[in-house]
Amino acid sequence: MNIVACIKRVPLTETQAKVSADGTSLDATGVEYMTSFYDEIAVEEAVRTKEKSGGEVTILTIGSAGSSKEMRECIAKGGDKGLILVDEDWMARDCRSTAKALAAKIRELGADLVFTGRLATDRDNAAVGPMLATLLDWACVTDVIEVEIGDGKGTAVRESEGGVENYEFTLPAVICCQKDLNEPRYAGLKGIMAAKKKPLDEAPLEAEASQAEVVRLELPPARPEGRIVGEGPDAVDALMDALRNEAKVL
Amino acid sequence: MDAFRALDFLDIESQLGEDERMVRDAVRTWVGERFVPIVWEHFEAGTFPMEVRPELGELGVFGPTIPEEYGGAGLNSVAYGLICQELERGDSGLRSFVSVQGSLVMYPIFAYGSEEQKREWLPQLASGEAIGCFGLTEPDFGSNPGGMLTTARRDGDDWILNGRKMWITNGTCSQVAVVWARTEDGVRGFLVREGAEGFSAPEQKHKWSLRASITSELVLEDVRVPESDRLPKAEGLKGPLGCLTQARYGIAWGALGAAMSAFDEALQYAGERIVFDKPLAGFQLAQKKFADMATEITLGQLAALRLGRLKDEGKMSPSHVSLCKRNNVQKSLEITRTCRDMLGANGISLEYQTGRHMCNLESVSTYEGTHDIHTLAIGHELTGIPAYR
Ligand SMILES: Cc1cc2nc3c(=O)[nH]c(=O)nc-3n(C[C@H](O)[C@H](O)[C@H](O)COP(=O)(O)OP(=O)(O)OC[C@H]3O[C@@H](n4cnc5c(N)ncnc54)[C@H](O)[C@@H]3O)c2cc1C
Repeated sequence: MNIVACIKRVPLTETQAKVSADGTSLDATGVEYMTSFYDEIAVEEAVRTKEKSGGEVTILTIGSAGSSKEMRECIAKGGDKGLILVDEDWMARDCRSTAKALAAKIRELGADLVFTGRLATDRDNAAVGPMLATLLDWACVTDVIEVEIGDGKGTAVRESEGGVENYEFTLPAVICCQKDLNEPRYAGLKGIMAAKKKPLDEAPLEAEASQAEVVRLELPPARPEGRIVGEGPDAVDALMDALRNEAKVL
Repeated sequence: MDAFRALDFLDIESQLGEDERMVRDAVRTWVGERFVPIVWEHFEAGTFPMEVRPELGELGVFGPTIPEEYGGAGLNSVAYGLICQELERGDSGLRSFVSVQGSLVMYPIFAYGSEEQKREWLPQLASGEAIGCFGLTEPDFGSNPGGMLTTARRDGDDWILNGRKMWITNGTCSQVAVVWARTEDGVRGFLVREGAEGFSAPEQKHKWSLRASITSELVLEDVRVPESDRLPKAEGLKGPLGCLTQARYGIAWGALGAAMSAFDEALQYAGERIVFDKPLAGFQLAQKKFADMATEITLGQLAALRLGRLKDEGKMSPSHVSLCKRNNVQKSLEITRTCRDMLGANGISLEYQTGRHMCNLESVSTYEGTHDIHTLAIGHELTGIPAYR
């Protein structure tokens, strides 16, 4: 099977976001990066599928040339090769343009199965996976917590509000991975050394311009400081009063 | 507390290769997720978390510089140093576990062993299926191992070993002990197998340092070891000292990991801890301490990196290692003491990392050549005059 796992390089979860002077992007000074959390799950599932059904896993990203470390890490965890579609504008590119460029490349690669994260943890759009499937005219299951790939088809369990949905789908398909699907492995040191010898290619991104543009970024307002209304059982009345009349949540 | 933030004041990051950074980050992530949450309970109980052994093997930290054909990962020395730094950020006991396995057991088998010994032991030591220990120190001979009393006497095709070793990391849980003993022709190294008749390894208890690490005595009473289990290429004290150079190299990096952990914890703590109506970090006394500590950590990092590059170029000498082990351990010990103080009473709680690191570094300062023995080694190199006796 020809499997593709799409990943995005995002700022470390612990990054204290700062808006840069232009007001439309994040200040990149001192920012460290990682592979988006859900994309690591996508890579793991791609590798597990390959280990079970055979085939090859290509790690695909749109990003700066500096994404090579994250790409190599994914290869070290079992990917066979990597391809960076180099785009110095990757942080600002919109979902539509991203999905179109990925779809064209995935078609060219002749993939049967694509894994993506449910969303990238920088923008939280949760859009590229389903858009990709639509553009490719493939089956798509989102928020997947279990998946089984068979001959030309597969089954998946999708987490939905208050329950789960069971799916059957035909291949080719796009699977958008949710947190509980698997626990990604650690990149072992041997894997890291082996990854050095596996192909990691770069190609210029061919993409349409973004149609959605960030015009202004703002940090959320600082949270007001908490207040202790009292201690022990004596505080219950004051707390009820505050919840009812100040916070108006009761 | 937020996630660990490693001090890198002079952007030493940019001096590292991509694979070196990847190796460091892989170990850093593993330590943060799998080890830091459990270590304090083991420290308190005086046990090593044996359940992490297969994970460490899979991660590949046992003997990672050994070639792949023997089960290693073929890493360079800088990557190995970074591994030690990250492991010791977790606990000196963890780094000791890995140092002993890699530098003191796998290294001598690789460097001094026969092809059969390498094929038999290295792959299972690399995977963590087998654990090894290194027996040099004796009750009466630590800094001066040349005085050792343990003997090996030839008996036909075999050797008969007698003596006692003390303070041996991992002794009780090892499948193989690299034991150094005096023969008629000088010191030789032997692979003593678990369960050999006359051989036992009782645990030494009641330590207040390196508690999350097993320390043992090795008792050898007429233990019969076949000639095929003697390390054929180890002759004289050069044998064990060659191993120690490898292990000390790792310690020069490792100690910094403990210091970086304590520094990060104290910095975060001081930012949040309000004393006399403002954060502790806002007082000049605290800032002076942080400035001093950041300076020492940074200089130590630069020294360790330089040492690693020298090692990879084949130009590292034992006195280079002495300088870095001596400085980095001493400075790290002082830093953890300062951090311990800044944490106030919380500094003595095992819920914080710092106190544990501080206690551990007392052992690290003593083993692998005490601070003063390295002082003498550097003095010898500089003056040409040995002053050990
Ligand atoms: C937790 C732990 C784990 C260990 N693990 C191992 C292990 O796995 N394998 C192993 O073989 N050993 C191990 N050791 C032993 C360690 O290497 C020795 O403790 C160390 O070499 C010091 O020896 P000693 O304790 O006999 O101290 P001594 O040699 O008695 O030294 C006592 C003091 O005298 C000073 N001193 C000694 N000689 C001189 C001199 N010529 N001039 C001035 N001062 C001097 C020393 O610096 C020190 O301050 C371990 C020790 C500890 C604490």
